[in-house]
Amino acid sequence: MSLYAFLGTLEIGFIYGLVAMGVYLTFRILDFPDLTVDGSFTLGAAATAALIVSGVNPYLATLLGTLAAACAGIVTAWLNLRFNILHLLASILTMTALYTINLRVMGKPNLALIMEPTVLTPFEDLGIPAMYLKVIFVAVCAIIGGLLLSWFLYTQYGLAMRAVGSNKRMAQANGIVVKEKVYVGLALSNGLVGLAGALFAQTSGFADSTMGIGTIVVGLAAVIIGESLFGTKSILVVVLSCILGSILYRIAVSMALNADFLGFQASDLNLLTAVLVTLSLIFPKLRSEYKAKKAKRKKV
Amino acid sequence: MRLSSIFKSAVVSTLLVSSALQAKPVYIATTAIVEHPALDAVRDGIKQALNDNGYSGDNLKFTYESAQGKPDIASQIARKMVGENPDIIVAIATPSAQAAVTATKTIPVVFSAVTDPLAAKLVPTLEQPGGNVTGLSDMANIKEHFTLIKEFVPNLKVLGIPYNPGEANAVSMLESAKVVAEKMGIKIVEAAAPKSSDVMIAAKQLVGKADAIYCPIDNTIISAVESVIKVGIDAQVPVFAGDTSTVERGAIAAVGYNYFDLGRQTGDIVVRILKGEKPGSIDVKMAKGTDLYVNPKMAKRMGIEVPKAVLEKATKIVK
Repeated sequence: MSLYAFLGTLEIGFIYGLVAMGVYLTFRILDFPDLTVDGSFTLGAAATAALIVSGVNPYLATLLGTLAAACAGIVTAWLNLRFNILHLLASILTMTALYTINLRVMGKPNLALIMEPTVLTPFEDLGIPAMYLKVIFVAVCAIIGGLLLSWFLYTQYGLAMRAVGSNKRMAQANGIVVKEKVYVGLALSNGLVGLAGALFAQTSGFADSTMGIGTIVVGLAAVIIGESLFGTKSILVVVLSCILGSILYRIAVSMALNADFLGFQASDLNLLTAVLVTLSLIFPKLRSEYKAKKAKRKKV
Repeated sequence: MRLSSIFKSAVVSTLLVSSALQAKPVYIATTAIVEHPALDAVRDGIKQALNDNGYSGDNLKFTYESAQGKPDIASQIARKMVGENPDIIVAIATPSAQAAVTATKTIPVVFSAVTDPLAAKLVPTLEQPGGNVTGLSDMANIKEHFTLIKEFVPNLKVLGIPYNPGEANAVSMLESAKVVAEKMGIKIVEAAAPKSSDVMIAAKQLVGKADAIYCPIDNTIISAVESVIKVGIDAQVPVFAGDTSTVERGAIAAVGYNYFDLGRQTGDIVVRILKGEKPGSIDVKMAKGTDLYVNPKMAKRMGIEVPKAVLEKATKIVK
């Protein structure tokens, strides 16, 4: 892999690290399978791009795009909590609605940001080559995002949210307002995903109505890869391993893209990626099984 | 000491070998947002044009990556390609082209099968775009298409168009189709198909409303065009297409370029750059096409006859 390709892999890995954190927050912390992200990723990108194109400051646009995506999370939570629609279905409904909303927000299916100012523009005069600048910028965003999220999960409020996820009844019995935690959790999760979308649009030069497809798969893969390779001992480790998991996922994709020499074709990409991700999932289990066997033999 | 001498002799022998092989091969990296017959034909056409101009075998390195319909992968592919420092990057369809243009300001980028390069912000102007980007637009000559349909269906009042509202190319096409149709006294009824699995239902919605169905050059519709054709046969509504390769898959007729030809025209731009022209000084080309494909068997199955005049003009009659 060339340096440029590696930096590109890191860049997209960091951006999707934010997605992974959002997915981690709903799936693991709140135990709320949330497919809204497929739509809110695009919403973050679409709203930010539309605002930038109409002349709004990129930072303000990114903030508003993130907030819009957070609102999408609130809608899913509302459908689930107010009307008792199954969480999975509620999120699918929001995601489906978002497809149309995203087209409306952009006014067309694809908005180009190639010649527009972005959040990176103020740093472009610093003399750092663009390929490094982008990576540094998204890395800082992802790491700050990760630190803030784990800090949040250690606060009293965050602990209450974790309690809701692990045992709703117990949490309620202890005087925690369950609904409020779900609302905040989903808003936060989709906000992170929307921020990722906004950053992706700005570093890749476009927002496209199809860009959210499969976001949930990528996010989940990153969470699981991160968890299985770096363990789940502390929240801080898990949150930061979301970023590492996401980067490893992208490296897997890169390797699949470079697999020409093995006789693979471009159309084999999805299978190759799935196999590489599966291998990374199996590896820690095999290792621990091997260790356990070895330990047993020693005992005998 | 020993290591460095081994290294030195390795370098020397490599230099000898490479000078024996003369110039290093030309490296053309191509990428498309998704794989389907039309876009694959573009890729093959590009390669053909390169071969015709003497770039083949040992003096051509030609790679191809598909983003499998995912813009995030398109972005990753673009970066990977830039890292390999090819002589030219060829990007097929809008998101892939945008990703490539964002990824490099120095490597020449030639786009293809992009309907509206200005709206996609790939180039600031179509003439002498400057910078490192130029390419080929596949904006169809819609008036030509509608005139052809009128030859088959003389009292055409309402034309049905299934399209993907989420695809930039399709939306640009539909907008210009409406303008053209109004001038010709035709009413357009549209049916949205956001996914290829929705194409069948979209086609069915048009039955009873439209005198004929026109399948535009839309990645979603084209990838599932068989379902439109099936509806056309079942409901006896003639189905026409915006590209000739779809006629081979069952549409009654189309005038224009086939995608292989489009690839060839793209390849010609690539060759001009290889021969030393600057991308920025090459105008963005509009795809040219004079092909007329007819499929009489399908026409019959959809309940109409091919007019004699059309049969005589046809460049290819699909058997």
